[in-house]
Amino acid sequence: MLSPDKKHVIAKRIAEELEDGQIVNLGVGIPTLVTSYLGDKKIHLQTENGLLGMGPHPTEENVDIDLINAGKEPVTYLKGASFFNSADSFALIRGGHIDVAVLGTLQVDIHGEMANWAVPNQPILGVGGAMDLVTGAKKVIVAATLFAKDGSSKLVQELSYQSSGIRRVELFVSDYAVFKFTDTGVKVVEMIEDISIEELSEKVGFQLEYLKDLSKLINK
Amino acid sequence: MNKIIKSSEIGKCFKSGDQILVGGFGLSGTPLTIIDELLKVDIHDLTIVSNNLGDEGQGLHKLFMQGKIKKAIGSFFTINKEAVIAWAKGELEIDLLPQGTLAEAIRCGGAGIGGFYTKTAVGTELSKGKEEREIDGERYIFEKAIKGDVAIIKAAKADRLGNLLYHTTARNFNPMMATAGKIVIAEVDEIVEVGDLDPEYIVTPHAYVDYIIQSNYSKVGRDYVESR
Repeated sequence: MLSPDKKHVIAKRIAEELEDGQIVNLGVGIPTLVTSYLGDKKIHLQTENGLLGMGPHPTEENVDIDLINAGKEPVTYLKGASFFNSADSFALIRGGHIDVAVLGTLQVDIHGEMANWAVPNQPILGVGGAMDLVTGAKKVIVAATLFAKDGSSKLVQELSYQSSGIRRVELFVSDYAVFKFTDTGVKVVEMIEDISIEELSEKVGFQLEYLKDLSKLINK
Repeated sequence: MNKIIKSSEIGKCFKSGDQILVGGFGLSGTPLTIIDELLKVDIHDLTIVSNNLGDEGQGLHKLFMQGKIKKAIGSFFTINKEAVIAWAKGELEIDLLPQGTLAEAIRCGGAGIGGFYTKTAVGTELSKGKEEREIDGERYIFEKAIKGDVAIIKAAKADRLGNLLYHTTARNFNPMMATAGKIVIAEVDEIVEVGDLDPEYIVTPHAYVDYIIQSNYSKVGRDYVESR
């Protein structure tokens, strides 16, 4: 069983990546926890079923079952919010008007191509907005534990699950490390677990390296 | 022309083999009263275009359980266990589209556009068999527009002409579907007089709407409950 702590470590680290005033779409699971760690930063949450300016879940007596998020849970809306139809909502997404999409994943390859929609060995009958978000958001941050329940690494040399699109995601924030995807492949930009890069390489099954100018980044 | 009809009168709008556009995301914005009426009509081999096939025991799930659906076009069927089983047995055809592609295809269908090129799904399983084209150095696939013989939608308010307003995220696919059906039936919570709706806020102009029926459902907590 995954400790809730790990999920929160990931969510907290991702919150640091978000900037005040950004338009953000949060996928289901760990991404939704990011809102707990924003501090004073105000972001505008978009949900693909047609709302920009989504607020927290309502109390039970204030549930309006028309008003839901993409995970079909009741939500609220904040001052300055807007409602729009699904075509307009995906124009926002596909057209590059979402600053950041934070998405869960099954696998990411070393070039930053992700697989987050088709569950292996099950019929492929659901995709929802996953592919549109991967394709269209200005920045995609992947939020996931580094290892699946069966112990396999979600960071892989080659996808064995169905790709969500050819777009290279920017960042993968895991419970072990933060990975950045560059023209020369995946680089570690930050360790979260207290282990060496050699130990981490052994765990994922291939050689990892730090981003070359990491020392400069850290000292900046 | 009087567009307001009783729900029992809508059976005549449907025939076997029809492609029917059905509004809603989950159950939000789903025309539940019209679907209940469809259950009573003796038709079969329907193609349903909707994001998903309702919820367990509700909405389109009931129509599916009657065996009237031959094919479903949408973005998310995984939650419908029976639909997944029927698909595996070859009893149900499924055409899976990314949600944004589904929405845009319906928008095009209603706007007189034959199709469009999108980057979504390029290089994935869902682009198989689709024409690919490079535009300004980027890869796109072609998606055909979607239209319906009938569109059944849900709105919050209609005036007697058929101008429609929606409520929060119950809007979803409904405004596009209103444009893309040969016959468009809108189920609404409230019908008001012409002139009562502010023209600045009307989302669907009455030109798209053929029939209006009063919804039998109301919201109770987390459920839509039949109340009339």
